[in-house]
Amino acid sequence: MIKVYLFIAVLFVSFFGNTQEPTAMKKIKRGAFVPLYGSDSLGVYVPDFMLDEYPVTNKQYLEFVKTHSKWKKSKVLRLFADKSYLRKWVNDTTLSTEIKLNSAITNVSWYAAKDYCACQGKRLPSMDEWEYAAMASETKPNAQADSIFNSKIIESYELPKTYKNEVGHKFKNYYGIYDMHGLVWEWTSDFNSVLISGESRQDVDTEKNLFCGSASINASNLMDYAAFMRYAFRGSIKANYNIQTLGFRCAKSIKK
Amino acid sequence: MKKNRFNATSKAFAVLGLATLVACGQGEAGKDTAAKTVDSSTIEVSGEMKAELTAPPFVPASVGDRAAKKLIVDMEILEQEGTMTDGVKYVYWTFGGSVPGSFIRTRVGDEVEFTLKNHPDNKLPHNIDLHAVTGAGGGAASSFVAPGHEVTFSFKTLNPGLYVYHCATAPVGMHIANGMYGLILVEPEGGLPAVDREYYIMQGDFYTKGKNGDPGLQPFDMQKAVDENADYVVFNGKVGALTGDNALTAKVGETVRLYVGNGGPNLVSSFHVIGEIFDRVNIEGGTAVNENVQTTLIPAGGAAMVEFKVDVPGTFIIVDHSIFRAFNKGALGMLKVEGEENKKFYSGKQVEGIYNPEGGKIVATGDAPTAPTASTKAERIELGKQIYSQTCFACHQGEGQGIAGAFPPLAKSDYLNADVDRAIGIMLHGKTGEITVNGEVYNSVMTAQTLTDEEAANVLTYIYNSWGNNGTEVKPTDIMRVKSSH
Repeated sequence: MIKVYLFIAVLFVSFFGNTQEPTAMKKIKRGAFVPLYGSDSLGVYVPDFMLDEYPVTNKQYLEFVKTHSKWKKSKVLRLFADKSYLRKWVNDTTLSTEIKLNSAITNVSWYAAKDYCACQGKRLPSMDEWEYAAMASETKPNAQADSIFNSKIIESYELPKTYKNEVGHKFKNYYGIYDMHGLVWEWTSDFNSVLISGESRQDVDTEKNLFCGSASINASNLMDYAAFMRYAFRGSIKANYNIQTLGFRCAKSIKK
Repeated sequence: MKKNRFNATSKAFAVLGLATLVACGQGEAGKDTAAKTVDSSTIEVSGEMKAELTAPPFVPASVGDRAAKKLIVDMEILEQEGTMTDGVKYVYWTFGGSVPGSFIRTRVGDEVEFTLKNHPDNKLPHNIDLHAVTGAGGGAASSFVAPGHEVTFSFKTLNPGLYVYHCATAPVGMHIANGMYGLILVEPEGGLPAVDREYYIMQGDFYTKGKNGDPGLQPFDMQKAVDENADYVVFNGKVGALTGDNALTAKVGETVRLYVGNGGPNLVSSFHVIGEIFDRVNIEGGTAVNENVQTTLIPAGGAAMVEFKVDVPGTFIIVDHSIFRAFNKGALGMLKVEGEENKKFYSGKQVEGIYNPEGGKIVATGDAPTAPTASTKAERIELGKQIYSQTCFACHQGEGQGIAGAFPPLAKSDYLNADVDRAIGIMLHGKTGEITVNGEVYNSVMTAQTLTDEEAANVLTYIYNSWGNNGTEVKPTDIMRVKSSH
């Protein structure tokens, strides 16, 4: 059996190349913004940082598990990834035929995503960093006030099965980053720092941060609704969850 | 303590419920006939069963006289593309794959074990708030579930009635606007009185990026939803869900109960069945019964049970009597009743004549206006257009497009263009029964139109020279010829 696996692995390696190309990173220029609800209901300052141009792909993750066997589908500890981990993979090194190598890796837990980035000498972006970079449209670093941009985001969130598309499918933003909206959701390092009870109406009433945050941007702002959907999603997940529509990309601090 | 307060309320409801049940059929108040007081919170359950769930317009079997049980409800959330109306697609978010979601039928005192499953391919987390739940959030907090996961929670049904359930995940309005609502019925001890037919109808308003009828996959429009400017107002999730082949059916003499809900998210429904009077309405889905009701108001996030006996055959149109919603936005359904005519209840047209007030003279101060006569085809079209907008517009619509499932199109109509004399005949004598227009079957009623020969010729010429039809000119002599051929 092992021989068969090896054979398949060799096939993959010889066919798709041996060395993993690291994803190019782009610099996100520092600045301040007001998140919908975060650690601080007033402005948040985000220092300069680097962010992957694309989400991590199936191909890249496949290379990773070959050399990091604790993240193989058959070996992973349930503590770090529930049984949906790599749900669509046939075995440790074979993807199902419906998955494209160049699509974003999904069905990976937060622990797996975190370790992947660490092994590249990178880290997961923080929620504030991710949200800050995600405010950028094609032309502006902060498109919070651009209603067309915002309704496009909401539309893209609604569209089913977008995880099947390849990376680079969605627009390249101001910083040169692709696929921030409408391909897959993405893990952030502190995704669970916003406590959403699941009873969103109660959150509106009692969560002071949320109340102030939303009041300061104006509750009818469409940006809120897109952000609501992301924060609600983050509030529903746990670190060992593996979800079909949830992938990740890595970030890196810039040393002074 | 909160719980105690609810118990007290439910006790009061239970007493009222019993009183009403006992009174039912006698038409008398039975306030003092309640045999016993049941505190629903103390009802013990015996055994367990899996709940039957049904897609609209159907409902599960009545609880009858079964004892309270542990009831297992298993519901899957699916985000899926569906059809809003011909040529218009929409991504619906659904409880159980239908809009409205599966109908849940329980009895008072049941202990419901509810499992909510969020399909792995779904993009968003969801939850459920059941208005039948006594508890903070109606189950919303404990049912919040990520895609590819499931949660289970339990509740006891304390108050009988018809209740809405819906998703309450942020942004709540958007989840509801995409179809995440349904009904849960809590029957009183012994079940609701038996009827011959029961159906499940739920109204909802939809907001699309394009206007009503704009083709293709239409995304949700948050701004229109905030402005409460609906493009579609429909029964059971789409235009035509209850018309044509999907019409509800009954036979003369049967009693019909409709479980009617309103998911909203914004609009309140003025629920009406044209040509019927509701014998009984459980107002707002609760215990109070009103009798002999023409139109009942159903709030967003509310429901009503309406009952009536169908006495005469025909097609009864179900509408939101905020009437532009019915004819222009889709809030239209049909109940087809088959059976023997009853001329005593409804005669049909008996005598037709000319009504001339004041002894046959038209009262006018100046010269009596004479009806204009067309001398050219162009004039005929022009005059016909005015008649169209007064007489035909309401059903066949401004562009002759008709209303899917209810009123056939006149635009590019194969049926119309195939036979001019037939079209004249329909205009003069009306038309009842099944016809096929552009591949769609219609089974509706058009009444005979009282137009002069000149007017009939003009309006038909207008129709034949509009919206891609074959350009026939119909002359008053053609009308006379068809009239005399019968």
